[in-house]
Amino acid sequence: MALSIRIIPCLDVTDGRVVKGVNFTDLVDAGDPVEMASLYNAEGADELTFLDISASSSDRETTLDVVRKTAEQVFIPLTVGGGIRTVEDVNRLLRAGADKVSINTSAIARPELIAEIADRFGSQVLVISIDARRARTESGFEVTTHGGRQSAGLDALAWVEKACALGAGEILLNSMDADGTRAGYDIGMITAVRAISKVPLIASGGAGSLEDFAAALDAGADALLAASVFHFGVHRISDVKKYLSGQGYSIRTNVTV
Amino acid sequence: MIAILDYGSGNLRSAQRAFERSGVEVVVTSDRDVALNAAGLVVPGVGAFAACMRGLINVGGDEIVRARVAGQRPTLGICVGMQIFFRDGDEHTNGELHKGVGVWQESVSKMKAPILPHMGWNTVSVTGNSNLFSGLTDQSFYFVHSYAAKAPVGIAQAWTTHGEKFLSAVEDGAICATQFHPEKSGDAGLALIKNWVAML
Repeated sequence: MALSIRIIPCLDVTDGRVVKGVNFTDLVDAGDPVEMASLYNAEGADELTFLDISASSSDRETTLDVVRKTAEQVFIPLTVGGGIRTVEDVNRLLRAGADKVSINTSAIARPELIAEIADRFGSQVLVISIDARRARTESGFEVTTHGGRQSAGLDALAWVEKACALGAGEILLNSMDADGTRAGYDIGMITAVRAISKVPLIASGGAGSLEDFAAALDAGADALLAASVFHFGVHRISDVKKYLSGQGYSIRTNVTV
Repeated sequence: MIAILDYGSGNLRSAQRAFERSGVEVVVTSDRDVALNAAGLVVPGVGAFAACMRGLINVGGDEIVRARVAGQRPTLGICVGMQIFFRDGDEHTNGELHKGVGVWQESVSKMKAPILPHMGWNTVSVTGNSNLFSGLTDQSFYFVHSYAAKAPVGIAQAWTTHGEKFLSAVEDGAICATQFHPEKSGDAGLALIKNWVAML
């Protein structure tokens, strides 16, 4: 047997609730984070990701509480992203029970943050989240900020290389063109990033059909992250894993022992 | 009572909750007497080998582990907590080795694999008579690491392959260790923890 592919539901959290928008607008309430984490754990999720989309610092305190409660009840790895700007922010989240943190905009603004976090806690806690889209840059892909609305002025592949050199433990690649469309992952983008990185790669954005998940794995993704298809019951995690297992991928069977 | 040794290695509250699921009292402590006298001692560990070893020495943890080994008191190392039970490790050095506690006279070295860290769920293959994996066939456990021991030590072993075959668990009398995180391995991890608690 080999390392299993991972299916990771992503829960966008604000003010203690889970929300998910299509292309990051039109947010719809999809439930209570701790309940959803337990449910996804029971369904065979291999990890969980919370993305804190809070606008205010008081909401961020609520998120720490959500992390704390979840980590005490659900015994699978938990990644938390959103609003992390300093090593101290990372420390607070890890102390609340997060296993990994993902950083995005703050690493673009100050790349040394990657090395600071990796030096203090190890690369294994650090996921670099990249919101990328097709553009006329050297590689054909650019990094965006503000939920895909603005160009960061960075070539996506150049940024992947730099982030890995600074100590990224994992890359979360989110296609802003595909996000929320359910029209499939951006396979070209996954292939291009896989070719230049030696850390685990999580593909995100665009999951719709079962075949979409398989295509992203064929392109070199180690893990697949999705939100709306799981939250709104388009697919159940157990069905995705059953399908992938049938296609010959190594999956973790969630046998109750 | 089980003690989880707190030497500055991350959040231990979810680990505490996972061990409590076995129905035993669990304390997170850096107190020498509590750690020495607990029915079972858990030595966790995340981050780099040398940093973990420094933290361990700061609370006298190296002496606590050696004393428990000498007295054959149940002790469980997890992840880097397993690695520092070995003689030495070469993490983040140019050939220079960091000293471990030295329960086992073998080394920990970087894994040879195309993608590192080895991150995610993988299966184990058990050799020898294992109590830890009793009733746990074909289960996956959660790994996050780039370094590992590759030589057999102890009485029973578990092996996992990522790029190359490495030691994913050891049982050596009262001393056990897992390279994976049982406290993050869902139901299979909780069952393994229960097996360990049953051995105390």
